[in-house]
Amino acid sequence: MVGIVGYGAYVPAYRIKAGTIASQWGDDIVAIERGLLMKEKTVPGRDEDTITIAIAAAKNALKRAGIDPQKIGAVYIGSESHPYAVKPSGTVLVDAMGIGPDVHVADFEFACKAGSEAMYVAYSHVKADNMEYALGIGADTSQGAPGDALEYSASAGGAAFIFGKTNVLADVLYTHSYTSDTADFWRREYQHYPRHGGRFTGEPAYFKHLLGCGSILLEKSGMKPSDFAHAVFHMPNGKFPLKAGKTLGFTQEQMDQGWVVNLMGNTYSGSSPTGLTAILDIVKPGEKIFMVSFGSGAGSDGFIFEAQDKIAEVQDLAPKTRDMLNGKKIYLDYGQYVAYRKKIRFGE
Amino acid sequence: MREVAIIGVGMTRFGELWDQGIRDMFAEAALKAMADANVDKIDSLYVGCMSSGLYTYQEHIASVMTDYMGQRGIPAARVESACASGSVAIRSAFMEVASGMSDIVMAGGVEKMWDIEDGTFVLATASDQEYEAYTGVTFPGLYAMMARAYMHQYGLTREELAQVPIKNHKHSVHNPNAQYPFEMDMKTVLTSSMVADPLRLMDCSPITDGAAAVILCPMEMAKQFVKNPVKIKAIGAATGPIALHDHKDLTRLDAVRLAGERAYKMAGLKPSDISFAEVHDCFSIAEIIVAEELGFFDYGKGGKAIANGEATYGGKIVINSSGGLKAKGHPVGATGVAQVIEAVEQLRGTAGKRQVENAKYGMTQNMGGSGGSSVVHILEAQ
Amino acid sequence: MAISPRYSREIPHRYRLEATKFKSGKVYLPTRYICPETGDREFEKITLNGTGTILSYTIIHIASDAYAKQTPFAIAIVETDEGARLTTQVVDCKEDELKIGSRVELIFRKVMEEGDAGIINYGYKAILI
Repeated sequence: MVGIVGYGAYVPAYRIKAGTIASQWGDDIVAIERGLLMKEKTVPGRDEDTITIAIAAAKNALKRAGIDPQKIGAVYIGSESHPYAVKPSGTVLVDAMGIGPDVHVADFEFACKAGSEAMYVAYSHVKADNMEYALGIGADTSQGAPGDALEYSASAGGAAFIFGKTNVLADVLYTHSYTSDTADFWRREYQHYPRHGGRFTGEPAYFKHLLGCGSILLEKSGMKPSDFAHAVFHMPNGKFPLKAGKTLGFTQEQMDQGWVVNLMGNTYSGSSPTGLTAILDIVKPGEKIFMVSFGSGAGSDGFIFEAQDKIAEVQDLAPKTRDMLNGKKIYLDYGQYVAYRKKIRFGE
Repeated sequence: MREVAIIGVGMTRFGELWDQGIRDMFAEAALKAMADANVDKIDSLYVGCMSSGLYTYQEHIASVMTDYMGQRGIPAARVESACASGSVAIRSAFMEVASGMSDIVMAGGVEKMWDIEDGTFVLATASDQEYEAYTGVTFPGLYAMMARAYMHQYGLTREELAQVPIKNHKHSVHNPNAQYPFEMDMKTVLTSSMVADPLRLMDCSPITDGAAAVILCPMEMAKQFVKNPVKIKAIGAATGPIALHDHKDLTRLDAVRLAGERAYKMAGLKPSDISFAEVHDCFSIAEIIVAEELGFFDYGKGGKAIANGEATYGGKIVINSSGGLKAKGHPVGATGVAQVIEAVEQLRGTAGKRQVENAKYGMTQNMGGSGGSSVVHILEAQ
Repeated sequence: MAISPRYSREIPHRYRLEATKFKSGKVYLPTRYICPETGDREFEKITLNGTGTILSYTIIHIASDAYAKQTPFAIAIVETDEGARLTTQVVDCKEDELKIGSRVELIFRKVMEEGDAGIINYGYKAILI
């Protein structure tokens, strides 16, 4: 039995309301909130980046796993906002957490699915008996260009998962991945902001890959949507995951707990992974979880988890995701926001 | 050990000396001191300077200075102990004269602070670079934490704290070398820019260019050169923790207490014997804590005593008759020497409208960093 | 300014809060080889648990260039529960939330960037708990 033996999330304290962004650009906030189903999003502090977020989430995962960090044999961080173009985020993380130096480290990038990718590889290592434990993380401090629709959603946060074979919290029952060349969203080298194909990001990209992956995963497992207590899908906005879930046959109730986007925004590589942590915070032993990520470019990773008895013992050992989302919030105005996100040009 | 006298003093005006480089300033102070002492040749030089390298990119300044003051060939060395560098130069010169190794020795100090923009960074190198400055804390920030701890512990008010710069500015009005020789009122202090809460701009000594020099010789030879030598009665020096957080009590400066105790012991004197003191008021709170550590006021009482006029003319002791670092200016390496120059003028009786009457003993106290080092001198009128 | 060799050698203290505990019980961050209080030379390496109490604090309004874009920011002297003293920024809080005696937890954050092209410096900071 291979599965998650420790999990943790991290949510920054700073927020900006959708209304604040809308009033800056003269957008209709009622239409925005109705269209995106989003109220506010997280903003990283000026001293936070993918590395610090990944470490905060991983420390929470380690608290729940209760294992010696020296036994972690691989660390993968998935992000589209690694602070260094050349120098892996994971190198900082291992030294901060007392992992290694006997450890395999790599940074992943696959738009919004780099986190599930890191989880998939970490899981596979343990399954192949390459190591006792492996750590997969999705974390981002993603950016949307000023005035672009992405500005309402691109947010910050992350989730970390330690995979192992003993004291498993949630078993991985099935996985499936689905990938094609679809240029719906991209960012070229040295560019500050991504570009996207507008509505091309919808049907031919998000829905094609996510539904493709999800339906094959269901087929592989021989399960039906009603077999699951919870389902979580990549959340580029509030609407897409709910629509995708319903198309696959899931109900609103099954999706409620993992649907964190209305308060968090799209945390890119951390999106469906943080949704998963919110589910793990309350899931009961024996319940099953259906998860499908999506990354532009494009592809989806799907997982089916089954919660084990041990989960009940560890849920309270670290901060819960929805508690962090509803906890201390420091709201920024638009001027503070652009300074925090370095969207204005500073002098030398 | 021979007794040692100061026979000559010289300094530049303190301020923004845009037309003078570090060598120009030092040469001016040195030549004035030599003229004052009636000597045209010295045997040795010590020059105190905190950071000529970071401020002006010039190291090896002892050689620069001997070259530009017409004393090529003599032995010379730069000494550094952050803002206490000048006093350490005097202590070094004192030891060389007292030991009999040399007779006419100059101790000087210099700092050229206006040649670069990021002076805050340079000053922070006097703190624990790896474990204080690295966090972003500044020098005003360290003293601000002392001030907050003191206010919390002893109930000192913001207004009482403001009385320190108000007093020192009042003293500075009669000092022709002072950078800011004007009076300042309470409102000006309390509405000045916040630098590091609770310290505002007017709690902080300024950025200053300047140089100062004194000439030491054996007491027995002093009258050969001048009629009015001043004796260096005692020197006490001490070090303390480099990081403020390692001070057991954040309202104490152990290095100052130790340096003071050593000086009193060497002089055979007690605090009540001292008529005036030039102390290191790099920030308003510093003068209060230093005055307590030197025994002029009890712990926790210094702030209120100074606010009540106990540290000005007519009070228990006159502190910072020159205007102190706050109003006279604080070219860090020169400060300790300039303090001694003020003491010499007071003990010669040539301090003009700043004159402290009937002064026999005067003290100077110079500090490095947030109490990482301190030097205390006791001077005696002849 | 830290440059990479200096930065790298401080990693055990700044990333993992590795401290020195002397036989006398005194704890220091970073490593010391002799206890400045007792002269004790027998010590063990310990890892601080990361919680402590604010002894004093300030809000920096004027900073050196490397930190100028962060102002105003809070700095505190913290005594950890093990007795080690350290200076640290306190983040994610408003000025009026800070008090002498406030409890804090040390977390991992970015301390500064050496320009847009230099290394990024990380280390401990504190948040209120």
